[in-house]
Amino acid sequence: MDYLEYLLDPEHWDLAVTGNIPSLVVDHLYYTVITLVIASLIAIPVGLYIGHTGRFSFVAINAGNAGRSLPTLGLIILLVTVIGFGLLPVIIALVILAIPPILTSTYAGLRAINPASVDAAKGMGMRPIQILFRVEIPMALPLILSGLRSATLQVVSTATVASYVGLGGLGRLLVDGLALNQYDRVIAGAVVVAALAIVLDLIASSVQRLVVSPGVSGRALTRTSNKAPSSSVGPATATAG
Amino acid sequence: MITFDKVSKTFPDGTLAVENLDFELPTGKITVFVGPSGCGKTTSLRMINRMIEPTGGRILIDGKDVMSQDAALLRRSIGYVIQHAGLFPHRTVIENVMTVPNLIGTDKKKSRATAMELLLRVGLTESMANKYPVQLSGGQEQRVGVARALAADPPVMLMDEPFSAVDPIVRAGLQTEFLRLQGELGKTIAFVTHDIDEAIKLGDKVAVFREGGHLAQYASPQELLENPANDFVADFVGRDRGFRSLSFDSSGVLVLDSVDSVRSGSEILVLDDAGRPLGWAGPGIADERSPLSVAGTFTAADSLRVVTDLAISSPVGIAVRVNDSGVADGIIRHPSLVRQLDERRRQRAGTAS
Amino acid sequence: MIDYIRINYQLIWEAFQQHLYLALIPVILAIIISLPLGYIAVRYKKLYYPLVNISSILYAIPSLALFLLLPPIIGTGVLSPLNIIIALTVYSIALMVRVVADGLNSVDPAITQAATAMGYRRVRRLFAVELPIALPVMLAGLRVATVANVSIVSVGALIGVGGLGALFLRGLQLDYLAPIFVGIILSVLLAATCDIIIVLVQRRFTPWVRAGGRA
Repeated sequence: MDYLEYLLDPEHWDLAVTGNIPSLVVDHLYYTVITLVIASLIAIPVGLYIGHTGRFSFVAINAGNAGRSLPTLGLIILLVTVIGFGLLPVIIALVILAIPPILTSTYAGLRAINPASVDAAKGMGMRPIQILFRVEIPMALPLILSGLRSATLQVVSTATVASYVGLGGLGRLLVDGLALNQYDRVIAGAVVVAALAIVLDLIASSVQRLVVSPGVSGRALTRTSNKAPSSSVGPATATAG
Repeated sequence: MITFDKVSKTFPDGTLAVENLDFELPTGKITVFVGPSGCGKTTSLRMINRMIEPTGGRILIDGKDVMSQDAALLRRSIGYVIQHAGLFPHRTVIENVMTVPNLIGTDKKKSRATAMELLLRVGLTESMANKYPVQLSGGQEQRVGVARALAADPPVMLMDEPFSAVDPIVRAGLQTEFLRLQGELGKTIAFVTHDIDEAIKLGDKVAVFREGGHLAQYASPQELLENPANDFVADFVGRDRGFRSLSFDSSGVLVLDSVDSVRSGSEILVLDDAGRPLGWAGPGIADERSPLSVAGTFTAADSLRVVTDLAISSPVGIAVRVNDSGVADGIIRHPSLVRQLDERRRQRAGTAS
Repeated sequence: MIDYIRINYQLIWEAFQQHLYLALIPVILAIIISLPLGYIAVRYKKLYYPLVNISSILYAIPSLALFLLLPPIIGTGVLSPLNIIIALTVYSIALMVRVVADGLNSVDPAITQAATAMGYRRVRRLFAVELPIALPVMLAGLRVATVANVSIVSVGALIGVGGLGALFLRGLQLDYLAPIFVGIILSVLLAATCDIIIVLVQRRFTPWVRAGGRA
C-alpha cells in the first residue's frame, strides 16, 4: 500500500475539486483564527486586569494547569451533546481550551515586570493607562506572545480532533480516512496538519522576534555581553499537544 | 524651596511612618535625607511627588501645595531617580531619556537633541544612545537614570538611594560627577541615602531621620559632625566624625615648612630636575637613588583631612605640598600638624563660648 | 449518573487503568531519556539549539496526526497502543529536554565553581549539586508533561485505544451525558492527583525552596 498516494495525487490539490487539500487548510486556519481572536479578546484583558491589580490571581495561576488537564475530546463531545452538532459548540470548546494559556502567560508576563520600572514610570508622571500601554504591555509582550503561540498549537491540534463531531478542516482527512479505511488519506491529513502546525509555530516565533523589543527579549545581548537575558524567545511550553 | 509643613503619614495598616515633619529644603541646594532603614526618609521623599500621599500636614513646592495639583502633571515637573534606575528594558537608552519630554509633548527632534546632550553631560558617549539597558553596567544605568530625570529640565529632583546599588569605586565616581553636574545646574534636590558618608559628601544640608519618622537633626554636614544634637545623631554619624569633620577645612590655613628644610639631614626629599617629589631617602630610610615613595601629595585646595591622612601614612611622618605643576612648595611634619590642629580646636572653643 | 457507574463500573475501571498506563509509561520513559539528552544540551553548547528546536517542532505536531504518522515510520499497526505510548513519550521528551537543560543552566556558576573548588569531580558534582538545584525547574516541567499526557490519551479513543476517551465516544453515540461526565471527571482527577503527587515529591526533596519563601 502506498502511504503517500492521496497526498501526491494532483487531483486533491485542484482548487476546483470539492474537498481539495488547500481549501481544507484554509478552513482549518479560519477556525484557528476565529478561536484565537475570541480567546484573546477574553483572556488578554482579564490577564492584564489580574496581573495589574493582583486580584483573583489564583484564577490566573491555576488556569493553565486546569486548562491542560481538561480532556479536549471530552470537552468537545460534552458541548456537542448538550448544544447539538454544529460550528458553535466546537468553537466554544476551542475557545475554552485557548483561554488558559493566554490568560496565564499574560498574567505571568505582567507579574514578571521589574517593579522599579513601573515605579519610575509613575514617578515620571505617566497616567495609569500610559503605564499599561507604554511600559507594562511592552515588557510583558514576550510572555503574552508565547501564550498565544501555545494557544495556537492547542487550537490547531484540537480542531483536528473536532472533525470527529463534524468540523471541517484538515481533520476531515484523518477522520474520514479512518472511517473509510483509506490509510493514504489519513497520512495526507496527518502530514499536512503537522506541517501546518510547524509552519504556524515558526511564524509565531518570527513574529515574537519582530514585535518584542530586543531589550526585553535578550537579543540585544547577543552582540555584547555578560548579563543573562531576562526572558528568551523560545518554543512554547504550555500546550496539550 | 520645598516646605514640609507638619507632615505626617500613617499607612493603612496603622504604621506611623512620618510624624509631624516640619522643615524646608533650600532652592538650588542638595538636601540629603539620611537615617537607618525604616526611619521614614524614603516615605518623606516620595510624598514630595505624591507617590505616597501624606495623611496630615502639607508639602509645598515654592508655596504651592502638591496635593492641589494633578499628580501626573506634578510628577512630570519633578525629576525622579531611584535605586535600581528603573530603566525601561524595552526602550533604548535615548528613548528612555526622552520619556518625560514625550509625555509633555515636546517636539521629537528637539527632545532627541536635548537627550543626546544630556547623555554626554552625565558622562556617557553617543554610541550608548541606541543600546538597550541590558547592555549597560550598573554605573551606566544610573547615569542614564539621572539623564532621564533631567530631560525635561525640572527645577526639582528627587533621588532615592540612586548610587547605593553600585560598587564603592563606581559610587565615588558617580558622586563626584553628580556634584560637578549640580554645580552647573543648581537644581533643588532631595536625596535619600542610608550612608552617612554619602550624606556628608553630597549634602548642602542633611536631615537625619530616626525611627518613627522623626527629624533628629537638620543641619549642614559640618555642624552635624561638630555639634551632633543628641546621642542618636552622634552615634549615627560614627566614631571618626572628628577626623571626618577635618574635610570641611582647607589646608590653606596651615603654616608649612620650606622644602629646603628636608633637602639634607636625617630625612631627605628627593626631587627631580623640575622640582617634583620623587621619594624619601636618608640614613636608615633608603638610598637617594631608590627613594621610598612619598605616598601622595596635597595641594592648597585639599582639606585638612587629606593632609592629616598623608602625614600619618607617610613613611617619614611628613606630608608634601605641591603647586599646580606638581612642584614641591612646602612640607608639614606630623608634630607640627597636631599642634596646629590643637590650636584650631582651642580657637573654635573660644569663639563658641 | 450513579446508575451508569453502578452498571458499568467494570468497564470504567478498565478504561481508567488503560488511561493510567498510557499516560504514565511515557512520563517514565521521558524522564529516563530526557535527563541525559538535557545534560548533553548543556555540556555541549553547540547541541543546545538543535535539540531545543527539534523539540519544539515535534511538540507542535497535533496529537492525532502524530498517532497516525507513527505506524508507517516505526512499523506498528494503526490501532496499536504503542502508537499512543510512543507519541506521548515524544511529546514528553520534547518538553523535558528543554526543561532539564534550562534547569541545569539555571544553576549559578558560582555554586558549581565552589563545588569544583572543594574537590567534586564532574559526575559527583552533577548528582550532588547541579541536579538537586535544578530539580524545582525540572519537576515543574514534569508536571506540565504529566498533566498534558493524561489529557491527550483520550484522543487515542479515535483510533481505538484511548482509556477514558472511550467513554466520550460512547456518550456521543448514545447521546447520553453520564459517561461523558464520568470520563471528564476521572481524567481531570487523575491529572490533578498526578500533579499533586509531583508537588509533594518536590516539597519533600527540595525543602530549601519553601524555606526561602517563608523567610
